[in-house]
Amino acid sequence: MITLENIRKVFYQGRPNEQVAVLDASLTIEDGKVTVLKGPSGSGKTTLLSIIGCMARPTSGRIRLGEREITSLPERFLTEIRRQTFGFIFQQFNLIRGITAIENVMLPAYPNGEKYGLLKQRAKGLLDLFNISAKTNERVQFLSGGEAQRVAIARALINDPSVIIADEPTAHLDTKLSQEFMEIMDRLHREGRTIIIASHDPIVYASALVDRTVEMRDGKIVS
Amino acid sequence: MAWIDKQRNVIDFTLSSLLRRKGKNAALIIVYTAVVFVLASVMLFTHALKREADIILREAPEIVLQRMVAGRHDLMPVSYATVVSHITGVGEVRPRLWGYYYDPLFRANYTLLVPDDFRYGEGDIAIGEGVARAGVTSEGNIMPFFGSDGKLVSYRVKEILPSESELISSDLIMMGEADFRTLFSIPQDRVTDLAVTVANPQEVLTVAAKIRKELPDTRPIVREEIVRTYDAIFDWRSGIMLVIFSGALLAFVIFAWDKASGLSAEEKREIGILKATGWETSDVILMKFWEGMAISFTSFTSGLILAYIHVFVSSAPLFEPVMKGWAVLYPEFRVVPFINFYQIATLLFLTVVPYTTATVIPSWRAATVDPDAVMRT
Repeated sequence: MITLENIRKVFYQGRPNEQVAVLDASLTIEDGKVTVLKGPSGSGKTTLLSIIGCMARPTSGRIRLGEREITSLPERFLTEIRRQTFGFIFQQFNLIRGITAIENVMLPAYPNGEKYGLLKQRAKGLLDLFNISAKTNERVQFLSGGEAQRVAIARALINDPSVIIADEPTAHLDTKLSQEFMEIMDRLHREGRTIIIASHDPIVYASALVDRTVEMRDGKIVS
Repeated sequence: MAWIDKQRNVIDFTLSSLLRRKGKNAALIIVYTAVVFVLASVMLFTHALKREADIILREAPEIVLQRMVAGRHDLMPVSYATVVSHITGVGEVRPRLWGYYYDPLFRANYTLLVPDDFRYGEGDIAIGEGVARAGVTSEGNIMPFFGSDGKLVSYRVKEILPSESELISSDLIMMGEADFRTLFSIPQDRVTDLAVTVANPQEVLTVAAKIRKELPDTRPIVREEIVRTYDAIFDWRSGIMLVIFSGALLAFVIFAWDKASGLSAEEKREIGILKATGWETSDVILMKFWEGMAISFTSFTSGLILAYIHVFVSSAPLFEPVMKGWAVLYPEFRVVPFINFYQIATLLFLTVVPYTTATVIPSWRAATVDPDAVMRT
């Protein structure tokens, strides 16, 4: 379970361009559920998502991962939690150009110090799972949108995380690919993973898969 | 074990990262290798020559005594040998006959020497390989010389001295005493200088002082001084080489600094992705460290190997005119391979360390940004 208490995030604090991105957000995300953060652009979804995923620290407030308070942990520990607990799927996929699909998938696991052969085997398994094993050694810039997305999902799963975080995952996909994405999320959900998605796409938030929709506006949770 | 596997994984990623910018990195490695090649060649060659000179001079007498007239080196009376031999501490005194000869036909300078045990007869000479090349002659041929009286004298070449017989033998001509005296009209009671051996190395300076006292018109040259002079000459020559190449060096430093220290927007984005997917700042720095090491170590090793081949296998054709020989004849010889590990370490420190540092520092700055930056772009 992930618990957020009175989370506030301010960018450029104390400067003329100070910007409050999240304001007093309190939220409990249950394990194994699919939660969607919904709201227009600039509502604070992405910021809240990055705070949940230990990518950014809140300006004030507390975050608990299970029983563990993680707000004040040093960067090293936060990174470790991020690597082991969360798998990220970004809006732009954020694959590294110039290297192959399999290398991109393996990337988050490199710092673990795992045997290269075993890691490669695992990455191949994931590419297989998403039916893109034919593209294993293809450089990612030559992949289609759907293929790139599946590589990004495989990368998010390489460390076998219990929580999947996806930021506007369907923003650059057509309807068919968006539905395909939701099917994959369904599969991951059935495996028992917690899924948190920030989206204002009806294909996502209106999906039967979603257990809970959290609506945000102007940095606040409105419902 | 996990630590080793982590290094291997990061190195693997680093190498495929480098391969993405093949052209740019290959150009960098080529220029870097060229710089290390020049520096290492100068260094290896200077050291090898110094060592060569040192080996040659180890066989030289402790003191060479010259006669000075009006501040110039003059022929020495043979009788001085007897005076010197009576000085306490002096071992053997050997009068020597040697000189230089300019061959107007081939425009070359030769060194002429009368060895103690010249095994050929009157009218015979033994010549160095350089002389044979310059005079286009070989064993059994006749070689003409103009005597000091202007008359043409011919000698028969009985032997070509082997090229391994050191750097100095290239322009050498050896002949009998009578021929030498005739050629240069040197009287029987005169020699070029005296070679004085001193049994106890501690007494060399004392003996030299005694000689100066007994024979005030002479100049004793102590072997250690010659060694020092050789060292200074080779250092000075290698300095000239470095000055010549300093422009290229400076250009490389600017180029490498620019390449290594500036991160492109693409590289910054990649660092953001790595951090967002669970890499620590230290992992990113580790990756950049290996990147710097891969480039600089590859260049360093290739530069050093090429320099080794250049100096010890192909006799340093690029530096030959500056580094070797005084005369018109450049000896064709191979210096004995000799590597000073202290110097290699210095070169490594001056090339690999600055480049690797220049690679790591900017990435450290980029790697300390919040990982959520990649979510916000």
